[in-house]
Amino acid sequence: MHPAASVILFTVTSGMGYGLLALLAVLGSLGMLPPDPGLGLAGLGTALALITVGLLASTFHLGHPERAWRALSQWRTSWLSREGVLAIMAYPPAVLFGGGWVLAGRTDGVFALAGWLTALLAVLTVCCTAMIYASLKPIPQWRNRWVMPGYLAMALATGAAWLALLASVFGIGRGLTDIIAILGLGLAALVKLAYWRHIDSAAPIATAAAATGLGGLGQARLLERPNTQENYLQKEMGFRVARKHANRLRRLVLIGGFGLPLVLILAASFLPAAMSIWLLALALVGVTIGALVERWLFFAQAKHTVTLYYGAATV
Amino acid sequence: MTAIAPNTTGRKLGLVIDLDTCVGCHACAVACKEWNDGGHMAPLTDEDPYGREPFGVWFNRVHAFETQPESGCGGGPASTRTVHFPRSCLHCEQPDCVTVCPTGASYKRAEDGIVLIDEDQCIGCKLCSWACPYGAREYDSHSGTMKKCTLCVDRIYNTNLPPAERRPACVMVCPTSARLFGDLGDPGSDVSRRVAARGGVDLLPDLGYRPVNKYLPPRERRAAADTAPLPDAPGGADIGQRLLGWVDRLLSR
Ligand code: SF4
Ligand code: SF4
Ligand code: SF4
Repeated sequence: MHPAASVILFTVTSGMGYGLLALLAVLGSLGMLPPDPGLGLAGLGTALALITVGLLASTFHLGHPERAWRALSQWRTSWLSREGVLAIMAYPPAVLFGGGWVLAGRTDGVFALAGWLTALLAVLTVCCTAMIYASLKPIPQWRNRWVMPGYLAMALATGAAWLALLASVFGIGRGLTDIIAILGLGLAALVKLAYWRHIDSAAPIATAAAATGLGGLGQARLLERPNTQENYLQKEMGFRVARKHANRLRRLVLIGGFGLPLVLILAASFLPAAMSIWLLALALVGVTIGALVERWLFFAQAKHTVTLYYGAATV
Repeated sequence: MTAIAPNTTGRKLGLVIDLDTCVGCHACAVACKEWNDGGHMAPLTDEDPYGREPFGVWFNRVHAFETQPESGCGGGPASTRTVHFPRSCLHCEQPDCVTVCPTGASYKRAEDGIVLIDEDQCIGCKLCSWACPYGAREYDSHSGTMKKCTLCVDRIYNTNLPPAERRPACVMVCPTSARLFGDLGDPGSDVSRRVAARGGVDLLPDLGYRPVNKYLPPRERRAAADTAPLPDAPGGADIGQRLLGWVDRLLSR
């Protein structure tokens, strides 16, 4: 599948934002992060900014961004619609929780309730994003049980990397946030490894013979395309560049996106705040690049059944 | 709207495509482009039409496939076949292209099963084209909307046309009548009877889209001995002999 920059940017930044939002809301509501106005403002502000930038980026993918509001109407059947509805529903409780944290200096009572609701909506929104892909039957690399854990784990890891940096900047809850970031990165690495192993070994779902109904005559092989130049289907669904470099890119994600940041965060946890900030910032850069490459691969490595009509033997 | 209506009239308008008689002339693809360029989903944009990289929206495209028996090399060249394969929307009974649509722009009509796009609502998110396993939807970057075969909804109900012409453009134009149009929900209809008689098949049945359109597989070839020209009906200089040879070859087809 063609990896559109706007969709990669959207899924990565919104995942980060929801990860950070959910972590702040849960830790705040549990009383594990004291309501410090600086951390509240910076943390919740960053989370909402990342989410908003992501949502705006996603509209650049549309042929008619001005009609984007229409996408909220079909929540009964469409995961894209559900994602939009939940994303918007998450703002009010997030703002209430943030107001309590920053203005009233409180994360208990009604604010804790708002925090839990915020976290729930954040997680559900990421689930919907994953389901947009996991529900598409013609694309086996997306329709499998590792896609949703992958999106959730990436949101957790990238959000936790932000939280570790912010905690260090404001000198609050450092040990805890370092541990969460390390665990998040480890978990995300394991889930992505499992996902890659799955898509490398899964049996094909369809053949060219099934796509043409010619199975009765044996195998079918494309002889001639209908068009001499590439059409929309070939450009959108028949993207091929990635698979050539897939293994190298996967190593880049594993080492640069998970391994190196993990080591940096571990090292930072033994250092005084002033020095740890630099390591944690570097870790965040690594995690972000890793997440972008991972998402690019997620799109680029996916094969659509349409390619059976353009020369693929199996999908 | 995006949900598939549970109550339908039972009518399932669609096409039956005979892969035995399709000769790959592309007339259906061109007629489709021509008619629909002024019809329901018009215009069907062409970018750089006379340039280096022409790029356009088509609802119907004709591929050519070669089949080979599973036995492989033992089959020999006589058992491979070239099959021309037209591909357009199958107006599925379980069209995920419709249910994934976030705006309700994609819909399946309860009255006749035709799958259409309301272009005024489409936001061009392309999700429906990802959800269609058959590549039946194409994005038009000029209008910023998705487009697809309409089953020529603006022909088949058009009372300004004589009744015989109230058929899809691709069906009208096909020189070998390889495309047939009718109600596949009615077991007594001409199309349904053909599907039953010829063992019409669904494409990618395992994915569960339950296409309405059916494809009739190529017929079995008659044994080579039946069709090979006789060695004792030679050509040569004698006009009578040549005529005899020609008649033999013709009748052997
Ligand atoms: S062929 Fe594709 S576009 Fe047409 S109804 Fe089926 S899924 Fe939808
Ligand atoms: S491109 Fe248009 S018709 Fe297709 S899913 Fe998006 S809004 Fe619906
Ligand atoms: S039914 Fe009409 S729109 Fe569909 S392929 Fe045929 S000519 Fe094109």
